[in-house]
Amino acid sequence: MLYGYEKVVWQGALVTLQLALLAVMVSVLLGLLGASAKMSGRRSLVALAQVYTTLVRGIPDLVLMLLIFFGLQIAVNQLTEWLGVSQLDIDPFVAGVLTIGFIYGAYFAETFRGAFMAIPKGQAEAGLAYGFSAWQIFHIITFPQMMRFALPGIANNWLVTLKATALVSIIGLADVVKATQNAGKGTFHFFLFTLVAAAIYLLFTTLSNLVFYWLARRYGAGVREAQL
Amino acid sequence: MIELMQEYGKAFLWSDGYHFTGVAVTLWLLVISVVAGFCLALPLAVARVSRRKACWLPVWCFSYLFRGTPLYVQLLVFYSGVYSLSWVREVDFLNWFFRSGYLCTLLALTLNTCAYSLEIFAGAIRDLAHGEVEAARAYGFSGWRLYRHIILPAALRRALPAYSNEVILMLHATSLAFTATVPDILKVARDANAATYQPFYSFGLAALIYLLISFGLVALFRLAEQRWLVHLKPITHH
Repeated sequence: MLYGYEKVVWQGALVTLQLALLAVMVSVLLGLLGASAKMSGRRSLVALAQVYTTLVRGIPDLVLMLLIFFGLQIAVNQLTEWLGVSQLDIDPFVAGVLTIGFIYGAYFAETFRGAFMAIPKGQAEAGLAYGFSAWQIFHIITFPQMMRFALPGIANNWLVTLKATALVSIIGLADVVKATQNAGKGTFHFFLFTLVAAAIYLLFTTLSNLVFYWLARRYGAGVREAQL
Repeated sequence: MIELMQEYGKAFLWSDGYHFTGVAVTLWLLVISVVAGFCLALPLAVARVSRRKACWLPVWCFSYLFRGTPLYVQLLVFYSGVYSLSWVREVDFLNWFFRSGYLCTLLALTLNTCAYSLEIFAGAIRDLAHGEVEAARAYGFSGWRLYRHIILPAALRRALPAYSNEVILMLHATSLAFTATVPDILKVARDANAATYQPFYSFGLAALIYLLISFGLVALFRLAEQRWLVHLKPITHH
C-alpha cells in the first residue's frame, strides 16, 4: 500500500512516540521542580524559576532547539579539545529528548503551579496538624487533588509536546516526518506520504484524547459539577 | 558577536540588500496570518456553537484536523505535497500559488491559527452568562443583531487572555517559514551560522529578537486588556 515503505514509516512512528514519551517525562520532572521552586519562597530559587519559564516561553521552540542542538555540540567539542580527548558526538535522539523536555518543562511548571494554588491551604495544614511529613502531605494529600486541576493543562501540554516532535526531523532525527519525506522522495508520491504523516499524528492525538477523557473521569471521582 | 551583528544586523532586521528579510518578514507573516485567521475564525466560531449538526460538524472536523496535526506537517502538505500533484501544476492559478513558499506558509499559518482561535472564541461564547443573552432576548434582540451587539463583543473581550497566548504562539510558529525558503529571522540566523560557525551567537541573537517581539506583544495585549477588560478585573482595596 505504501510502495514498500511501510516498515520505514512504522519505525519513524515508533521513534516519534518514544521521543514524545521520554521528552514529556523529562518535562514533567522539570515542571514539578520549577513549580516547587516558584512556590518555595526562597528568593534565589523563585528568580531562577522565573527566568527559566519566561525565557523559554518567550522564544520559539524551533529556535531553542537549533540553539541547544548546535550550540551544545560546539560547547562539547571545545570541552573535549581542552581535555585532549577525542570528539564526542551528541546523539540526536538524546539531544531531542533533552531539548524538548527542557522547553516544555517551562510550560508544565506553570500548569503545576496553577494547580497547586487551586488547593485550599487548610488541606496541607490539616496534614501537618496530624503529624504528616512533607513528603506524605505531598503524595497523599496535595498531589492527587492537584492532578485533577492540572489534568486539562497536562493534556494540552502533552499534545503540544507530541506535535513539537515533528520539528526534530529538522535537526536530522529519523522520526515519522523524516521517514515519510524520504519515502516521498523515493517514490515521488509526496502528497500521499505527507498525508500519511498527518494521519499518524492524528491517530496519536485521538488516542491521547481518549486516555485523558478516562483519566479526567478517574481523578474527578466524587466531584460534583454544577448543573446548568 | 560584534562582527556578526555588523555583518548580519541589517539582514536580521529588514533587508539583505535584495529582499525583505528577518524581522520585517516575520512580522509581515504574523500580521497577515493573524488578521486573516481572525476574520475566518469569527463566523466559524458562531457555526461551531450552533445547535444544527450541518453547521457545527464540518467546523468541528476542520478544527480537529488542524489541531490534531503539527503545523510543520501541514506546511509540508501544502508546500511539498500539493505541488507534487500533476493536476495542480497544470492549473495556472494553483501552479502559481503552491510554487510560492510565502503563500504556502501563509496558507498553513492562517488555517492553523483559524482552527485554534475559533475554538477559543466558541469556548468564550459558550461560557457567556446565560442571563446576559436572556436579557438581550427580552429587549427584542435576535439573530444577527444579538450576535453583533451582545454576544460577540462580550465573548471577544473574555477571549482576550487566551487569544493573546495564541498570537504569541503564532509568532513562534512563523519560525517554521524558513523550511519553505521564506527569509524570516531564523533563516538569517541559519545563514549566519553556516557562514561563521557560531551557533551560540547566531541563534542566540535570533532568540533575543523573538524574545523582544514576544515581550512587545505581551505589552500590547496588556494594554488591550486594560482597555476592554477593566470591568472584569478583581476588585482591590487600597
